[in-house]
Amino acid sequence: MATDATAQDGRGAGGGAPAGDLILQMRSISKEFPGVKALSDVTLEVRRGEVHAICGENGAGKSTLMKVLSGVYPHGTYTGDILLGGEEVRFKGIRDSEEAGIVIIHQELALVPRLSLAENMFLGNEQASGGVVDWNKTRSQAAKLLRRVGLHDNPDVTPLDIGVGKQQLVEIAKALSKKVDLLILDEPTAALNDEDSAHLLGLIAEFRDQGITSIIISHKLNEIAAIADRVTVIRDGQTIETLDFHGAETITEDRIIKGMVGRPLDNRFPDHEPQIGAEALRVEDWTVYHPIDTERMVVDHAHLTVHQGEIVGLAGLMGAGRTELAMSVFGRSYGANISGRIYKNGQEISIRTVRDAIKHGIAYTTEDRKALGLNLIQTIRENISASALGKVSNWWGVVRGGAEDVVAEKYRKEFRIKAPTVESVVGKLSGGNQQKVVLSKWVNADPDVLILDEPTRGIDVGAKYEIYGIINALAAAGKAVIVISSELPELIGVCDRIYAVSQGRITGEVARADATQEELMRYMTMEKTPAGAGQAQEGTN
Amino acid sequence: MNVLREYFGRNVRQYGIVLALLLIVLLFQLLTDGRLLAPNNIAALFMQNAYVMILAIGMVAVIVAGHIDLSVGSVVAFIGGLVAIMMHNWGWSVPLAILAALVVGALVGAWQGFWIAFVGIPAFIVTLAGMLIFRGLAIVLVGQTIAPLPSSFNRIGNGSVANFLGFAGQMDVVTLVIGVIAIVGLVVSQVRARANLIKHELTVEVFGVFIGKLVVMGALIALVTYWLSLSRGGTPIILLIVGVLVLGFTFLMNRTVFGRHVYAVGGNRNAAILSGVSARNVDFMLFVNIGLLSAVAAIATTARAGAGVAAAGQNFELDAIAACFIGGTAVAGGVGKISGAMIGALIMGVLNMGLSILAVDAAWQQAIKGLVLLLAVALDIVSKRKGALR
Repeated sequence: MATDATAQDGRGAGGGAPAGDLILQMRSISKEFPGVKALSDVTLEVRRGEVHAICGENGAGKSTLMKVLSGVYPHGTYTGDILLGGEEVRFKGIRDSEEAGIVIIHQELALVPRLSLAENMFLGNEQASGGVVDWNKTRSQAAKLLRRVGLHDNPDVTPLDIGVGKQQLVEIAKALSKKVDLLILDEPTAALNDEDSAHLLGLIAEFRDQGITSIIISHKLNEIAAIADRVTVIRDGQTIETLDFHGAETITEDRIIKGMVGRPLDNRFPDHEPQIGAEALRVEDWTVYHPIDTERMVVDHAHLTVHQGEIVGLAGLMGAGRTELAMSVFGRSYGANISGRIYKNGQEISIRTVRDAIKHGIAYTTEDRKALGLNLIQTIRENISASALGKVSNWWGVVRGGAEDVVAEKYRKEFRIKAPTVESVVGKLSGGNQQKVVLSKWVNADPDVLILDEPTRGIDVGAKYEIYGIINALAAAGKAVIVISSELPELIGVCDRIYAVSQGRITGEVARADATQEELMRYMTMEKTPAGAGQAQEGTN
Repeated sequence: MNVLREYFGRNVRQYGIVLALLLIVLLFQLLTDGRLLAPNNIAALFMQNAYVMILAIGMVAVIVAGHIDLSVGSVVAFIGGLVAIMMHNWGWSVPLAILAALVVGALVGAWQGFWIAFVGIPAFIVTLAGMLIFRGLAIVLVGQTIAPLPSSFNRIGNGSVANFLGFAGQMDVVTLVIGVIAIVGLVVSQVRARANLIKHELTVEVFGVFIGKLVVMGALIALVTYWLSLSRGGTPIILLIVGVLVLGFTFLMNRTVFGRHVYAVGGNRNAAILSGVSARNVDFMLFVNIGLLSAVAAIATTARAGAGVAAAGQNFELDAIAACFIGGTAVAGGVGKISGAMIGALIMGVLNMGLSILAVDAAWQQAIKGLVLLLAVALDIVSKRKGALR
C-alpha cells in the first residue's frame, strides 16, 4: 500500500482498511484556544493491534490531540468525532476514557516518590474491600505486574530506590493494572538511556503480540523506525500524512523529517570548521563521592581537557557520572569529598562556589531545565539576566531597567526565541525555546568554557538544528564547549572530540574522524575490572 | 474601548484588589452614615494600622523567598519593652533609644537568619521558636507596664507633622504641600519610566490608559490629602515614615540586584543557586531586614501606646501575613508586591475601623476578618485558574 494512499483510503468511506480493523478513529478534530487554532481538522486512524507512532515538532499539536482523546479536554470543547471500535464516544474526563480502555502515560513521570511501588501502582485503584486495603493482594498483584514488564524489584521499595528507566516501566505496569486496549505513551524514552529504551521498546512489541494497541509519541525517529507499524505526521495542527512501514516505499528517518518540517533536511548537523586554539580548561585527577552515600565514588580520577574553539563531547550511559562530573567542576554544586585540580588557561584555579566558577568564566547548563535551569514563573528577561545581573546594574547594585531589556531583546532576536516579547513568562514557552533562554542566560554571562548538559533533550528536530548552530557559533567565537549527551549520533555530528565515561571513569577518548557509535558504546560499557585498559586510555589524555 | 477592556482583562488581579478596597470603603461609608471617611478617622486609620504596613513590607520579601516569619509580634513586644526601659528606667535620650532598638532588631533578625540560612532549619520552626522566645523575654523584661515615656517619643505614633505654614481655609498647608509633592513625584516617575521604555523601543501602555491611570492615582492621593488636611493634626508622622519605607523597599525589591535575587530564589531556589546566587546570603539578609522592620514597628506601637507593655504585638504576625496574602503574595513564593500588601493592610484596617464604628463585637470582627482573608485568596486562586485555562 502506497503511503499517501493510506491516508486517502482512511478518509474515504470504507476504503482500504475495513472499519472493523480500526480500534480508533478521530475524525476532523479541531480544537481552538483563544487566539490559537491548536488542531485543525486532524484525522487519526489506528488499527487494532498495531504500534502507531505520532510524529511532529513541538507545538505541532500532538499532546493536544492526545488530551482530546483521553478526555482531558472533555467532549464539547472540541469539534469532530471520536470513534472507538466503530462507536462514537464522548468522554467527559479521564475516568471515562480509562473505563473505555484508553490509558495514557505522560511524559512527566507521576509516581509519588515516597510511596512504595505497589502503593503507586494501585493509587486511585486500591485493592480494597469495604474501604480497607488488602495489602497482601496489593503486593502480589504488583509483583505480578512488575514481572510482566520485566522488573524483578521488590514492590515495597520506593521509586527513589530505582532508576528513571525502571520508574518508566513501573508506570507501564501501573497502566497494565487497569483494563487497557489502547496504550498511549508520550515520549516514553525521553529520559532513558539506550539500554533502558531498548528494553521498553521490546516491551511495547510484546504488548502488540498480546493484542494491546499502542500509540507512541516520540522525537526519536530511530526508535519509531524500529518499532512502529505506521506513523502519522502532524505539523501546525494538521495531519500531514500517514506512512506505513510495511508498505511499498521504504520509510527512512529523513522521509519522516521531511514530513515534520515540510522540507527535506539535507543535513541534521550544521557544518563546523574547528579552529582549535590553546588549552582552555584542564581537569586532573578529579574524584567525587556521592553526597549522601559518601562511601560511593561517583567520579573516579577523571582527566579532561578542552581547548578554545573546540567542542568536546562526554558520552556515557545514564548514571555513568557525566552530570556529576560537570556539576562538581561547576562550583562544587554536586557531591562530597571532591578532590582534584582544575587549570584554566594553564593556571591552577580554585573553585569553591558557583560564583567562583562564573568568575573564572565557566558556565553550566543543566539537563533538567525546568527544575534546575529556569525560573518558570518569571519572564524571559529576568531569566536571561539571572546569571549576570552585575553586567546590567550600576556599582551599588541597582539594575538599569533599559539595559536589561536591551540584552534580553538581543538574545530573543539572535537565538530566535519564539515569544512575542521578552516579558513573556518562560513557563509558557516550548521546550526548544526554553532551552534557548537557558543558553542565552549563560552566553550572556560571557564564559570561556561552556558545559552543556543534554542541550537538546526533549526538543524537536528544527530547534535542535538551531541549538547546534548556536553551539558552533560559540566555538567559532573561541569558546571551549563541552557537550554531554545520551544521543551518540548527536555527539558524533557535533563534537570535535569525544570522551566516553563509564562508572565514573573516563574510559576512552575518540577524535571525530574515528568516532562510531559502536566504538563509543564499547568504551561506555567498559567495566571497572580491567584496570589496564582504563590506564592505557588515561595515558592518551 | 476594546483596548481598555483587554488591558483591564490582563490586569484583573492587580486592579481587582484595589477595587475590593474601594468597595469595602464604600460599603462602610454607607453603613456608618458617612462617619468612616471623616477626616479624623482617615488619620486614625493610618496611625492604627502603621504597624501592619511596616511589618508587611518585610513579610512580603520573606514570603516571596519561600519563607515565613511567625515571630514578628513577639519581637515587637520584646523591642518595644526594651526601648521603653531604655528611656524610662535608664534615662537614655530618645534618638539613642531608637538607634539601639534598630540595632537590637537587626541582631534578632541575624539570630533567626543564622539558624535558617546557615544551619538550614525551616523558617517556620525557627520563627515559631522565636515567637515563644521573644514573647517570654518581653514578659521577663517588662513585667509591669512601663510609663510614662518622653512625649517627643510618643509623638512618633500619635503626632502629626508640625504645621508651620498655617491654614488655608480649614486646610493644613503642610499636608497640602506633602500631597502636592507626592502627586508630582508620581507623575514624574511614571513619565520617566514610560520615556525610558520608549527610548528602548519597547511596548508601552496605550497613551489613554496611561493618562487615565495617572489621573485616577493622582485623584486618590489628592482626596486623601484633602481629608488629612482637614483632620485634627494634619499628616500623621507615622504616615510619612511608612511612605518612605514603602518607596525605599519597593525600589529595593524591583530595581536592585538584591531584590531580583529574592524573586529568583523564591521562584526556583535550585536554578538560582546554579546561576550563582547565594541563596543563603539572601535568606540571611531577609531576616535581618524583617528584624529591623520589626524594630520600627515596635517603636511605632510603643509610641502610640505611650507605654511598654509585655502583651504588645499580640497577633501582629498574623495581621502582616494576612495583608500579604490578601495583597496577592503567593504562598509558594516567587510572586508578591509591596504595593499589594499595603492595600491588603488597608483592607484589614478599614474593616477594623468600620466594624468598630458600627460597634460590632470584637469576636465577630475577628471572624469577619478571617472570612475576608479566605475569600480574597480564593478569588486570587480562581482568577489564576481561569487565566491558566486561557
